[in-house]
Amino acid sequence: MPGLGARLGRGGATTTQQSLADSDCIVIMGSNMAENHPVGFRFVLKAKTKGATIIHVDPRFSRTSALADLHVPLRPGTDLAVLGGIVNYVLNSERWNSDPFFKEYLTHYTNAPLIVSEQFKDTEDLEGLFSGYDPEQRRYRTETWQFAAEEAEQDHGPNAEPSSAPVDMTLQHPNCVFQIVKRHFARYTPELVEQISGVPRDLLITVAETLLQNSGRDRTSAFCYAVAWTQHTIGTQIISCCALLQLLLGNIGRPGGGILALRGHATIQGSTDIPTLYNLLPGYLPMPSTQAGHRSLREYLATEQPPTGMWFNLPRFMVSLLTAWYGDAATPENDFAYDLLPKISGDYSFEAMIPMMADGVMKGLFCLGQNPAVGGQNAVLVRKALANLDWLVVRDAYEIETAAFWYDSPEVRRGELRPEQIKTEVFFLPAALPGEKEGSFTNTQRLVQWHDKAVDPPGDCRSEPWFLYHLGKRLKELYQDDDTPKGRQITALTWDYPTKVLWDEPDLQAVLKEINGFTVADGKPVSSFRELKDDGSTACGCWIYSGIMPEEGYNRARNRRGDDKASLEWGFSWPNNVRILYNRASADPQGRPWSERKRWVWWDPEQGRWTGYDVPDFPVDKPPDYRPPEGARGLDAHAGDKPFVMLPDGRGRLFVPSGLLDGPLPTHYEPWESPVGNLLYPKTPRSPVAPLFERPDNPYHEIGDPRFPYVITTYRLTEHHTAGGMSRTVPWLAELQPEGFVEISPELAAELGIANGDWVVVSTLRGEAEARALVTDRIQPLVIHGRTVHQIGMPWHFGYKGYAQGGIANNLSALIEDPNSRIHEAKAFTCNLRKGRIGREGEHPL
Amino acid sequence: MGIKERLRTHVGRVPNPVSEATRQAHARIRGAEVTVSVCPYCAVGCSQLIYTKDGRIIDIEGNYESPINGGTLCPKGAATYGLLTSPLRETKVKYRAPYSDHWEERSLDWAMERIAQLVKQTRDVTYEETDEHGVPVNRTLGIGHLGGATLDNEENYLIKKLWTAGLGIVAVENQARI
Repeated sequence: MPGLGARLGRGGATTTQQSLADSDCIVIMGSNMAENHPVGFRFVLKAKTKGATIIHVDPRFSRTSALADLHVPLRPGTDLAVLGGIVNYVLNSERWNSDPFFKEYLTHYTNAPLIVSEQFKDTEDLEGLFSGYDPEQRRYRTETWQFAAEEAEQDHGPNAEPSSAPVDMTLQHPNCVFQIVKRHFARYTPELVEQISGVPRDLLITVAETLLQNSGRDRTSAFCYAVAWTQHTIGTQIISCCALLQLLLGNIGRPGGGILALRGHATIQGSTDIPTLYNLLPGYLPMPSTQAGHRSLREYLATEQPPTGMWFNLPRFMVSLLTAWYGDAATPENDFAYDLLPKISGDYSFEAMIPMMADGVMKGLFCLGQNPAVGGQNAVLVRKALANLDWLVVRDAYEIETAAFWYDSPEVRRGELRPEQIKTEVFFLPAALPGEKEGSFTNTQRLVQWHDKAVDPPGDCRSEPWFLYHLGKRLKELYQDDDTPKGRQITALTWDYPTKVLWDEPDLQAVLKEINGFTVADGKPVSSFRELKDDGSTACGCWIYSGIMPEEGYNRARNRRGDDKASLEWGFSWPNNVRILYNRASADPQGRPWSERKRWVWWDPEQGRWTGYDVPDFPVDKPPDYRPPEGARGLDAHAGDKPFVMLPDGRGRLFVPSGLLDGPLPTHYEPWESPVGNLLYPKTPRSPVAPLFERPDNPYHEIGDPRFPYVITTYRLTEHHTAGGMSRTVPWLAELQPEGFVEISPELAAELGIANGDWVVVSTLRGEAEARALVTDRIQPLVIHGRTVHQIGMPWHFGYKGYAQGGIANNLSALIEDPNSRIHEAKAFTCNLRKGRIGREGEHPL
Repeated sequence: MGIKERLRTHVGRVPNPVSEATRQAHARIRGAEVTVSVCPYCAVGCSQLIYTKDGRIIDIEGNYESPINGGTLCPKGAATYGLLTSPLRETKVKYRAPYSDHWEERSLDWAMERIAQLVKQTRDVTYEETDEHGVPVNRTLGIGHLGGATLDNEENYLIKKLWTAGLGIVAVENQARI
């Protein structure tokens, strides 16, 4: 979530699903919400019933489009060009320039008035590149992206940013952020956007005007997006462009406004907050890295602790985490055992792991509820990589493709691989499911909800805590006499959870208390992260979840009293039970609601505190007219009208001086594989910093490669879930959607002589997948750069196990990443399509 | 006509003839124990009610008290009963030896011990105490982990804690990257 994090401060949806019902306009873009989040979509329909305008911007006409007021088709991979077109239109519109609301929000709540260094050069100056580009390393140096005052002192950390940077509240200074943004987007005219994206200019203007009419003091507009924004080499910047636009429109932090990130898994937000991700520690602390100079705790804090804003508290969060993990072995004298924590030195993201396995660097793999043989990019290479492992442990409820790859896969079916050639030792351990175990999920709006246990799991099925706890115990025993660092690392780990009768199941209330944080001396839970200390007297597993168990035995994730407003007594929402983030911005700079209709959180001068329907996401007793004294630190350095508490100066960032690897401003580049070049900056067609995996088993298509003339996008269906392990195995769902298919337009079908229901083979240089053709008007050819470009849509759920089977869409996709999120690009790449099958009739190579 | 009057005359106060079978008929879930759960599929976060009788799940429905789903579920959520009870559900440990062409049944205890031994072996061979500059890194790239977005927060916590802080496994990733 670096797209939202870099501009607003936190990598999470800024609003709730329920708040969508208060919107006056909702733009759904990069998501087919009605199909994939149907129950959440009911709040969109509630808004529509109350008169809101619903806009769906998407390549395909889908269930969402059918219920929207306006469907705007675009070519996959051009979302940023369209958003840029809206930004440009808004900034030059009469409404935006005549209503003082917008400039008031902008000057007080964002960094629009800050003056940027003269050294900074925009893509407009350098034909698609920002200043500081190193073509050898394919990366940017960010020294020139700083604010004017900073130039003199370069030695403080990457987040540092003095609150005294010069500002121009009139927004006229040629180098103030506002003017830079305005110039940067000036090229995104409706005419050029139409040529790039295929969106007719009138339609683009209609969208921009609708947003303008529904933003202001008394009206708010919301955006909803999903992985159709993240899965691009510029995915982070697409999302960050949305954040920039919502700041310009004054829609962040307000009811019915904001940006709702729609996640695909039950706790994908939770697994980012408490990250099973290589580059993060719980609560968005950076994972110590030798490349970032984190050799010691002192260096780690010196690099990562900014003098101002919430992250000034980093030492408290980090030391409390080390205390939670290493207990008595963590002392002030040994820097709280910081040395025992491993350090990273490179990219170990999901995509990077695949070559590591294929090349024999990684020899053992645990798959706990993930199915990379189908869900991994370049799935052909993934399966080869699995076959090169020494051992593989799969824990799942079903025998998914990843567990079965050695005897059943397209390669084995085609006779290219035989089990006798595969060395991998494979363990399949059956897993318990929700209903058979307790625990919490964090939903798409950062809401943590507890699920209770109804029955015991069957047979050998066990929960993950059981598996981890007992494996950890065995390993501690195996290493008990090892006094080298690898022995001390595991023996020092705190791992004494109370267990319950059945199979010695660890008590999850104890785990939740550790996540919440407690005072070491008496084991009492802390009530908020504000109680955490940096001296080892408190332990805390994830500071942003502090408050979830404010007293022994009181689990707020298990609160179940909803209401029709903020539902503060339903579950626990991080941080601190706040529902709408940055909600200080729902009041004007003086602390009064912007309007009666959009009242949410406001300053009560009599009580001298912030109050309202929600928990204030702001120091509760800081008055609106507070001005920081010289040398103030932490949140005390933020004035009373700065809502973005996580950021060093409390201002939402239109311009991001650090934190984004591909530029301080969003710029449209073509997908790595595109039928056309970049009309905006012909000399810089593609992201100049996208991490590549250039190797013979992961070839890319050049721009305009005539062998692969079609644009393909992948997507999901209501009846299936991700790589299918939880849905293709379920009888009712398999009956509803029994097999894979490929959607093509009637025009392309006619060109290739394909009838509805015919078998077709989709191919790329990585692999092939077959399915039946679904010929439909829902997919339209687009005219791009004056020529017709055909699009192909393919659900990616299918594979070769379970009841519902079909060609694997990820056989086609490539390993390639967004530099910030390290997410791949499956929403826009190129392919070929032919009538027929891969093997002979009657075979099922998929 | 007021609502009370309408009810009285239209719904009828005069009892219809009712058979004994109809009189005895009732919802399958009557008398069942109810447990509150959360839908395991997408991230909307629908609250579910799990109905059990005699230690067996008999039905799973939307929780009408939830401010998110208000009793509703989508096709996937409504099929959660099938997720737990599908005939394809695996309940036994399966083991495949290197180069073998078939699964073997093994005990859970045997598998746990064998996995612990393999983790130790691989970790011992691939462990890096320092990098090439002598900086302590205390890690192994020899073992990786995938998964987390379908698991509980507490499970993610224990994964990160044991793998990364306890064993130095840094390549720990989940579906958020996809």
